[in-house]
Amino acid sequence: MNRRRKQRLFAVSAAFVLLAAAIGVMLYSLNDSIDVFYTPSEIHNGKEATGNKPIVGQRLRIGGLVVPGSINRANDSLNVSFDLVDTGPKVKVEYNGILPDLFREGQGIIATGELKTPTLIVAHEVLAKHDEEYMPPELAEQLKGMNQFKPANAKDTKAGQY
Amino acid sequence: MIAELGNVTLVIALVLSILLAIYPLWGAQTNNPTLMSLARPLAIGLFVFTLIAYIALTHSFIVDDFSLSYVAQNSNSKLPIYYKITAVWGGHEGSFLLWVLIFAIWTVAVALFSNGIPEKMLARVLSVLGMVSISFYLFMLITSNPFDSMLPFFPVDGRDLNPLLQDFGMIIHPPMLYMGYVGFSVAFAFAIAALIGGQLDSTWARWSRPWTIAAWAFLTLGLALGSWWAYYELGWGGWWFWDPVENAAFMPWLAGTALMHSLAVTEKRKVFKSWTVLLAIAAFSLSLLGTFLVRSGVLVSVHSFASDPARGLFILGLLVVVIGGSLLLYALRASQLKSVGRYDLFSREMMLMGNNVLLCAATVVVLLGTLFPLVHKEIGLGSISIGAPFFNQMFTLLVVPFVFFLGVGPLTRWKKQKPSALKHQLLLAFFLAFSAGVVVIFSYDEYSQLALLGITMSFWILVATVLEVRQRVASPLKDETTYQTLKKLTPSHWGMVFGHVGFAVCLIGITLVSNYEKEMDVRVKIGQTLQMADYDIKFIGVESIKGPNYTADRGIFDIYKHGILINHLEPEKRFYTVQQMPMTEAGIHTTLTRDLFIAMGEPLKGGDWAIQLYYKPFVVWIWGGAFIMSIGAAFSISDKRYRIKKIAQFTRRTKSKTTSAANLEPSVAKESTL
Repeated sequence: MNRRRKQRLFAVSAAFVLLAAAIGVMLYSLNDSIDVFYTPSEIHNGKEATGNKPIVGQRLRIGGLVVPGSINRANDSLNVSFDLVDTGPKVKVEYNGILPDLFREGQGIIATGELKTPTLIVAHEVLAKHDEEYMPPELAEQLKGMNQFKPANAKDTKAGQY
Repeated sequence: MIAELGNVTLVIALVLSILLAIYPLWGAQTNNPTLMSLARPLAIGLFVFTLIAYIALTHSFIVDDFSLSYVAQNSNSKLPIYYKITAVWGGHEGSFLLWVLIFAIWTVAVALFSNGIPEKMLARVLSVLGMVSISFYLFMLITSNPFDSMLPFFPVDGRDLNPLLQDFGMIIHPPMLYMGYVGFSVAFAFAIAALIGGQLDSTWARWSRPWTIAAWAFLTLGLALGSWWAYYELGWGGWWFWDPVENAAFMPWLAGTALMHSLAVTEKRKVFKSWTVLLAIAAFSLSLLGTFLVRSGVLVSVHSFASDPARGLFILGLLVVVIGGSLLLYALRASQLKSVGRYDLFSREMMLMGNNVLLCAATVVVLLGTLFPLVHKEIGLGSISIGAPFFNQMFTLLVVPFVFFLGVGPLTRWKKQKPSALKHQLLLAFFLAFSAGVVVIFSYDEYSQLALLGITMSFWILVATVLEVRQRVASPLKDETTYQTLKKLTPSHWGMVFGHVGFAVCLIGITLVSNYEKEMDVRVKIGQTLQMADYDIKFIGVESIKGPNYTADRGIFDIYKHGILINHLEPEKRFYTVQQMPMTEAGIHTTLTRDLFIAMGEPLKGGDWAIQLYYKPFVVWIWGGAFIMSIGAAFSISDKRYRIKKIAQFTRRTKSKTTSAANLEPSVAKESTL
């Protein structure tokens, strides 16, 4: 091998090693920050397709409708708890902090947090979108045919935007 | 009536863009000067008719023409007049009209301010822009026409503009962002025109450089404004959320930054040619991808527009055509893209290549993080989301080598650099940067490795930049003062200095605010005093007020530092009556070294309030840095090298075409204001 070829071989293999390392790091770090989305019924019964149930201690996202009358605010702190529901049984969510502007009874919300017991989630983030007709698509799919849910007319729905 | 006019002008604009796409290109291929000369008038016509359509829509907003469904959905008779004008881009259809108008502005700017570029090249560039505009006008007329009428049944009043958008930041953020987004189409058009013409020497790089830098500057400002707006308007106190739509705008920025640097290498050293062409294609494709993500409704985001599958499909199709077509063209011409220059392993070329590779890696990270959840869901594995920790982790890893190259790059020579010659400077820079890092970290009460790293990196850039300027000044002619040599540095050199300093400033802000911010969600009683950092914040009370289209609870807070009253903040909790939507209007006290941020949460039992309190050190530096970067871009564009006269001389030399320099003077003046 002449000098030029050697250099080229070196460059190519260096690029490969770097690329492999980069993908490795990326996948590793992805593994830590993926949050799987569940609905309240899926937390009770497992995912429909796979039957997978979340394990206690797992980080996850949950989306559902806030059950009217279930919001319970502590008297001396910002602790709050509420129930979420879709088509099946309820799940309790606990949160410490300020709820978003559009959080209210009957509203679809998404919370991210940790599963503490099989039906209790301690959330570190609660999101309600910036439009009162807004329904997270993931949730809308799950709720088709439910009474509380008014199917969104695409023309009239206006999500928040720039 | 006016609305119908808008409709008609849009159709005319579509026809003009079809003509623009065909005739000049045909002329350039068949050497027909008459056809080529059509490019300019067609571009001007395109702009004029689009402008008329835009004015027609604005007029409909001002006179409250609720027979247009777009106006009815985004305006209200009670909306203040300035928000009526900005509500034009408050929804999908109108913002797309603004997008198309800005596209036409770039097209007409290229047509008017490119006197020095050979007629053939210009004809091809404008034709490519014409092709892209065909798809935009078609998209608008078919799937999202803002002039769609609701006649004969129309509402008495409109549904009002989304309250989040009733704000100053909203007035300037979208136009800036679109200027940047759309601006990359010019770089794309130049690259494609060069490929079509087979004229792949480095001259096209010189022509497209100022346009690319201009687009990049607008995108930088647009992103900074968006981040600032989210910070003060959304009331979450954050300035970047890795929201998919932010990512959609961030990807073209990353690719554009790489393109800007790679163009410099191609122009000066005639290497990296194919790489630059690919980057130009990538930057524009990522802009289109961003459009697709935002407007198709595939994303769950604060920003997403009302979804309609037809729109998504259209843009997806366009994306496939653009990427496929340009890559095919590239493949056909790639053999001619031989780079002639040679360079060593340690040279400025290699430093810039390192910077490019890292920027591309960052783009891939964002792309992956944004698209992965979509793919995951589409192939039936269920919904997932990728959180901010992923992006933060990856960017922390990528920024370290990036900053290293950024510091070393400008100090290195082109072609070949002796490492020993730089050793002292680099050691000095590292020593100074590290000391600065230690000093800054010890001025805060807690130690953080990441903060030390971030501050060291920022000062590494700053010190290296100073050393670089000193290096330039160090070998003056005998009788020159330092000031005279400083004055001799070119504007584009100052552009680089400002760009890099701006990045360092931004990095300082990001480091300090991420590591040393303080947050408090608390329940307060009237009269209670809270403590945060050196400040005492006293809750005086709440009053009810009434705005033009909202009612609000206004909290009153006095802020004391060491017992002295320094400020008074009045955050509001608003309720917009038409949309029945609550909104948080934060109270923010800004100084150069910290922000105090108070947001009203919710009223609690017994007159108490839940409030959110933030202490954010150096947060304005983030946006300040972006602003400094754009100033750098403005310097670069103003460089004489890019002025028409110089290029005209160049053309005259190569084509012996005589142009009177006097004729060019006015457009020179105009271009420098761009």
